[in-house]
Amino acid sequence: MQKDIVIQVNNLTKCFGDFTAVDTISFEVYRGEVFGFLGANGAGKTTAMRMLCGLSTPTSGEAAIAGYDVYRQTENIKKSIGYMSQKFSLYEDLTVAENIKLFGGIYGLTNQEIKEKSAQLTGRLYMNDQRHKMVGSLPLGWKQKLAFSIAIIHQPKIVFLDEPTGGVDPVTRRQFWNLIYDAAAQGITVFITTHYMDEAEYCNRISMMVDGKIKALDSPSNLKRQFSSGSMYEVFLRLARGAQRTSD
Amino acid sequence: MKSIVIENISKTYDQGEVKALKGVSFKVGQGELFGLIGPDGAGKTTLFRILTTLLLADSGDAMVDGLEVMTAYKKIRRRIGYMPGRFSLYQDLSVEENLNLFASLSGTSVAENYDLIRDIYVHIEPFKKRRAGQLSGGMKQKLALCCALIHRPRVLFLDEPTTGVDAVSRQEFWEMLKRLKEQGITILVSTPYMDEATLCDRIALIQSGEILSIDTPQGIVEKYRGNLYAVKSTDIGRLIHDMQDAANIRSCYAFGEFLHVSFERDNATAHQKLDKYLKDKGHSDVVFRQITPGVEDCFIDLMNE
Repeated sequence: MQKDIVIQVNNLTKCFGDFTAVDTISFEVYRGEVFGFLGANGAGKTTAMRMLCGLSTPTSGEAAIAGYDVYRQTENIKKSIGYMSQKFSLYEDLTVAENIKLFGGIYGLTNQEIKEKSAQLTGRLYMNDQRHKMVGSLPLGWKQKLAFSIAIIHQPKIVFLDEPTGGVDPVTRRQFWNLIYDAAAQGITVFITTHYMDEAEYCNRISMMVDGKIKALDSPSNLKRQFSSGSMYEVFLRLARGAQRTSD
Repeated sequence: MKSIVIENISKTYDQGEVKALKGVSFKVGQGELFGLIGPDGAGKTTLFRILTTLLLADSGDAMVDGLEVMTAYKKIRRRIGYMPGRFSLYQDLSVEENLNLFASLSGTSVAENYDLIRDIYVHIEPFKKRRAGQLSGGMKQKLALCCALIHRPRVLFLDEPTTGVDAVSRQEFWEMLKRLKEQGITILVSTPYMDEATLCDRIALIQSGEILSIDTPQGIVEKYRGNLYAVKSTDIGRLIHDMQDAANIRSCYAFGEFLHVSFERDNATAHQKLDKYLKDKGHSDVVFRQITPGVEDCFIDLMNE
């Protein structure tokens, strides 16, 4: 099977003064893949993600996101991706419908498209009755599911998820993963960070960052074999214990 | 004497519209490491604020270290350490200045109680001149714990100390808590990570302001209704979908590389039928075996009850 590459990274590096936050990382991510981007606090994940989203200019190296260059075509990148995190997702003092309209508009959807998508989206999340409620009044799990659905409302090539499930209850956390699988089945590439090691197992492939470098990259089952570990938690401990850095 | 006694505590916000706690009761013994396990919005922080005398309950009683939270709040504050979920130290003071400040506020000195924090403080001592705001997440957490301990409290309240912290730092943190427990300090700690529950002496599972269950981690697991099975095949994504349409399934949730499955009517025929169903759906290398439930399995089961 021919795999379409949607993220291509070659020797990407970011320095802050004499500190190398991201150190010559290289990898590829394919269309429709669920790619886990793991690492300890301070390993350089956020810095790397910011570069991939076109929010931070690399010091050196190359990367193409959905075919667009991270130095020169950052605006095209932003149109081709969706983003959500635990901290930033939706406007709490706008209603569900208003948030959908706002983000739909920002992502360049027509009014007609927004109307259709809005009905689809709230229907699929069983949130039709909540359409005119403030997002701030919804339980966290609902917010996160809504935020994810809005992050892919424009059918982006890639969606970046930065710890999307932190603090979410165990049932909703799993419903969230069903949404992720559905998105991947539609051909959207999912690039995700998490501190839940069971979630690492749900990814097609995983990269492990330690001290700014990618120390391992493979499928969960291959990583467990490679490190003779029973779980991704053990793999993570083995790799992260070797870290020199202790800071963010 | 019990270190913490909570009796029928209720608390609402927004003129009664939001019910944060609905008649919560439990006791924590002296020197116990007690975990309050539940997702965001369960009411954990509200309960912490009531116990640390920062918030009044609508109804119910609570005692900390033998003192009533309503009337003896001044005394309680001297006897407890509190590490809130949000980083609450002075960002523009250095590590050292923060620690000295908290010691002197409690009428003690760092030197006097240094033995209690030594194990933790050595990790951040190299950065003692750095401003607290400039520290990494893991170091902020260690400094906050030192500041909560510097007056040698009898009861320690830790509200989600490990949220957003990576797996390695989380494990280190729990090792520190075990050593503090050995010093006789009672610890009430909350966490949304179910895997951390097994590190506590006893736990309370909390959801939507109600306690679902209180027991030792072992006891919680033993109370699980019926049998639980782990199932996997080569295509886990498709397996999740197909399991949704399978008959006689009480629950099915993804747990890492496996699905955890329980049956409505659990017997050999049910197992054979499921096996046939999955083979008909084209699944290969199907693994099916009985497993011991974990705390998270129990939590989900109690939530659905």
